[in-house]
Amino acid sequence: MSADPPIFPDLRMLSTIDQVGVEERAQRFQARSIKSESKLSALKLAVTMLDVTTLEGKDSPGKVKQLCAKAKRPLPEDPSIGPAAAICVYPRLVRVAKEAVGRSGVKVASVATGFPSGQSRLKERLSEIRYAVGAGADEIDMVISRGKLLHGEFRSIFDEIVRCKEACGGAHLKVILETGELQTYDTVRIASEIAMAAGADFIKTSTGKIQPAATLPVTLVMLEAIQDYYDRTGRMVGMKPAGGISDAKTAIHYLVMLKETLGKEWLTSRWFRFGASSLTNDLLMQIRKQQTGRYQSADYFTKD
Amino acid sequence: MAAKNRLAVNKTYKLYLGGKFPRTESGRYYEVKGRKGALLANASRASRKDFRNGVVAARKAWPGWDGSSAYLRGQILYRIAEMLEGRTEQFEEELRIQGSTPSTAKKEVAKAVDLLVHYAGWSDKYQSLFSSVNPVSTPHFNFSVPEPTGVVAVAAPEKSSLLGLCSAIAPILAGGNTSIVLASHSKPLCAITLAEVLNSSDVPAGVVNMLTGFRDELLPHFAEHMDVNALLLCSDMEEEAKMVGKRAAENLKRVVSHPDSALEEDPYHILDFQEVKTTWHPVGV
Repeated sequence: MSADPPIFPDLRMLSTIDQVGVEERAQRFQARSIKSESKLSALKLAVTMLDVTTLEGKDSPGKVKQLCAKAKRPLPEDPSIGPAAAICVYPRLVRVAKEAVGRSGVKVASVATGFPSGQSRLKERLSEIRYAVGAGADEIDMVISRGKLLHGEFRSIFDEIVRCKEACGGAHLKVILETGELQTYDTVRIASEIAMAAGADFIKTSTGKIQPAATLPVTLVMLEAIQDYYDRTGRMVGMKPAGGISDAKTAIHYLVMLKETLGKEWLTSRWFRFGASSLTNDLLMQIRKQQTGRYQSADYFTKD
Repeated sequence: MAAKNRLAVNKTYKLYLGGKFPRTESGRYYEVKGRKGALLANASRASRKDFRNGVVAARKAWPGWDGSSAYLRGQILYRIAEMLEGRTEQFEEELRIQGSTPSTAKKEVAKAVDLLVHYAGWSDKYQSLFSSVNPVSTPHFNFSVPEPTGVVAVAAPEKSSLLGLCSAIAPILAGGNTSIVLASHSKPLCAITLAEVLNSSDVPAGVVNMLTGFRDELLPHFAEHMDVNALLLCSDMEEEAKMVGKRAAENLKRVVSHPDSALEEDPYHILDFQEVKTTWHPVGV
């Protein structure tokens, strides 16, 4: 290991978040007019940023294979659309997914560490990561112990993430903050700082199992944390809003916010992802609408 | 006297989409003129985006409306008739200022109420009338039943603004479909008032969506929208029917054409927007 060991961030340097200001600012991003060609290219970009996700108890190898086919070529009649960035599954299905995506360039992400609650012993959580990485996962989506965070046990959260990062080896680590359980924007900011300092490659809003999931304001708080961290250290960290983003219009609002907060460098699937399951079809329907001028129907798009 | 100095409170005729009365998203309107050219009201000039929003609402409402019992749909249709009856005077007044004589206005409202009661009765009976058990030469129990087509776009009659409108939508509703309706362009007042009646008659939000505006602007989108399963065109213009037929072909939309007038009460109008499902069930197993 050549890199210096991660250092716990100096949280005294953080200023408090202006809740009204953040929400007001986030609302402004929804007032941009993105039409015709810019809309089409935003939609196409959004498709390539998708982490096509299935995290249900009833997931089966068949369902995962089907989703992989969709991720590889979202719109069968148009090869210029996609592929999606990654497919996101439970650890047991990583091997199936890895085989199904083949060399298409679609990454395989796995949730781990006692997803979605994170309420199991660190030992088991780490071994879950090793299992997923061993099965071929390129990316690991971990959950943090929100209970400890709310208790103020920040060091413990930091150490936990550092250990997880070690367990990942070469795989990318996305840290899920589960902002719906963090109560205030200040806690979200603190959690973001800790995760980035501990070595997260991505910070992610939610598991999708808790409401509210991703919202524009909470994502803005995290984007600003990424910006400040980049200014201090020069290291880029990715962002992944997940859960609750189900229509193309909202996805475009996120892209506008990303561009206006972090700039063009982040506007690729390397640094930004959407965690979503139903968003894919709405993006595809909007793309077809832009191309044909006809409003589309869900009847003509594959369900998975 | 206070009444003399009162400021006029004129009604704003808005759209009816998903159970709400929004203004058109386009911000446009057009003037509705009375018999002698006097301004009656400003009506919303719906855009294709309003239509699209209507389709989304209708699609969302469809499983619930289709899934409710036929008996309940009948009760709701009867309730529309009750509510309409209770507001007879308002409808008569609107018909009069849009050109009807007092006696024809009175007749039209009464007929509209009767027509709704007629279809209320049919809503849980047409299924038995149009279903059949079919003789087949294999050992199968073979039967056919009608099922609703889905989301129906309606270009309502231009001339008959209340009775024509009711005669177009009542059979569609009785059959378990949801709809987006473009009201008469020159006489839109009754349509929006009817939407208020629907809104207070337990018709679930999104089952009927009412638009006012320009037919030549909206009709192409009615025909093209992929999520619209069928289209009812009340028109006497051959060109219009041809244009609709061509554009509707892309998703094999069911297109039904009727003349620009009120349709007679007839259960076969329910059948216009039904798909027949045939089931082959093995016997002797």
